[in-house]
Amino acid sequence: MSLLEVKNVHKTYDNGVEVLKNVNFSMERKECLGLVGESGCGKSTLARCILQIESINKGIIMFEGTPLQNKSERNLKPYRKNIQAVLQNPASALNPKLRIKDSLIDPYLQYSSQAKMKQFQYTSEENFVAQLLEAVELPTELAERFPHELSGGQKQRVTIARAISIEPALIILDEPASSLDVLSQAAVLRLLDELRVTLDISYLFISHDLAAVHEMSQKIMVMKEGVIVDSFERENLFSMDRHSYTQELLTMFE
Amino acid sequence: MMELVFRKQIKRRWKAAAIYTTMAFVFAVAAYTFLGLKHDPLLVNLAERLLPASLEHPLGTDHLGRDVLTRLLLGTKLTVGYGLLSLLVAVIIGVPFGVISGFKGGLIDRIFMRIADAFLSFPDTIVAIVLSGLLGPGIENLLLAIVVVKWVNYARLVRSTVITERQKDYVTVAKINGVSSFRIMRKHLFPHLIGNVLVLASLDLGKIILLISSLSYIGLGAQPPAPEWGAMLNDARPYFQSNLFLMIYPGLAIGFVVLLSNLFGDYLRDKFDVKKEVES
Repeated sequence: MSLLEVKNVHKTYDNGVEVLKNVNFSMERKECLGLVGESGCGKSTLARCILQIESINKGIIMFEGTPLQNKSERNLKPYRKNIQAVLQNPASALNPKLRIKDSLIDPYLQYSSQAKMKQFQYTSEENFVAQLLEAVELPTELAERFPHELSGGQKQRVTIARAISIEPALIILDEPASSLDVLSQAAVLRLLDELRVTLDISYLFISHDLAAVHEMSQKIMVMKEGVIVDSFERENLFSMDRHSYTQELLTMFE
Repeated sequence: MMELVFRKQIKRRWKAAAIYTTMAFVFAVAAYTFLGLKHDPLLVNLAERLLPASLEHPLGTDHLGRDVLTRLLLGTKLTVGYGLLSLLVAVIIGVPFGVISGFKGGLIDRIFMRIADAFLSFPDTIVAIVLSGLLGPGIENLLLAIVVVKWVNYARLVRSTVITERQKDYVTVAKINGVSSFRIMRKHLFPHLIGNVLVLASLDLGKIILLISSLSYIGLGAQPPAPEWGAMLNDARPYFQSNLFLMIYPGLAIGFVVLLSNLFGDYLRDKFDVKKEVES
């Protein structure tokens, strides 16, 4: 049974724009699936649909064999625990009025009764937050700070810590490094790669940056105007039977 | 640059000084009132009417021989106390209204906002005069009028804040985490509201005090012999040529309290701005 299965998904916005057209794919546990495409092609919408914060018009999204759509928020909660997200802009993904520790503890408080943790042990709030900050290679004294006192890279690490705090099965990374400078980008991507291995998490890695996706993922999908035009194993990126659009992206890559 | 920093520091100290003055003022009033006033604020004693300031009557007596200082101090309770009370009721009604409207959106929002518009379309003085006309003059009806006029401001302020904030990613992430709407409001949105509401409230307090006083002045608020500042101003009006200070004291009291409430509003605005606090 696949971890996540997306079948025949269509999504049309209220204004009539069709953003997703017959999207099909599935992904397995512990793998990183890359999704590449230029901005506006529907990558983020797909992420929001999988995260169940936007509804789809047609099709099925299944998590471990259970369809997610049309579930009430209460029935959805066990799945929410297993699908987390890291979004593009860390500045807006952290509540500016909350201290880092309060943002970090928020997901855990939702699931404290049902969380079976392998890596992080909850003994006290301070200890738990410290473990999370250490896991993303941040100094523990940041816990008391406010988001605006952190750099962009640090903020993004905090949002990563928040996403892994309840040890989900899948994290959707929506352009996790795009708003960072080149050095932070490389560091954040390396960190994400390490965390995937230590915590047995799968990633759906969404980016416009084919180089980063190639670096991170075992499988890669290419999306153009709401359609997945190409899908292949990592090592086949340079093979000759790639879709013309993929080859076009590749020329930019080189 | 140095000059700017220096000026900022002076400004901050001045604000702090204003806050301490307020506290001292409130404590002094409270202490004086609770330790027992020497004079009965309502006792008419025509033999001692219109006396100048003396040790017995530090601010003199009014046209009915009542001690002005006593009346002025008890007036704090009436004017400021009722001002705060009506403000509190307005906030209690307005904030939940705005939160629900902003967070739920859609039809509920549209219905709520049209109701708010209906209330907004009347100028506050007119509403107060009409309500007094319908229900009879008196401070309770005046308070009702103030609540009717003021709650809308809070509903609208809170609604716009909620709408801005709920589109931010951190609310999306909270939803992804399965945080309930109620908890999102309480933990994530409430800290954004409290500062704005307190600032508006403290600035409003000044306006409300002016409204209470001005309506009492024209006889629609507190009724004699209640020692309300606006009513005291009105009482003193016939004597302003001989006893000018009878008008000046309540006028100064109103001005002082309004100024303090505005300064307090500014202070709160700085205090609740997390970013500014760190930068300065």
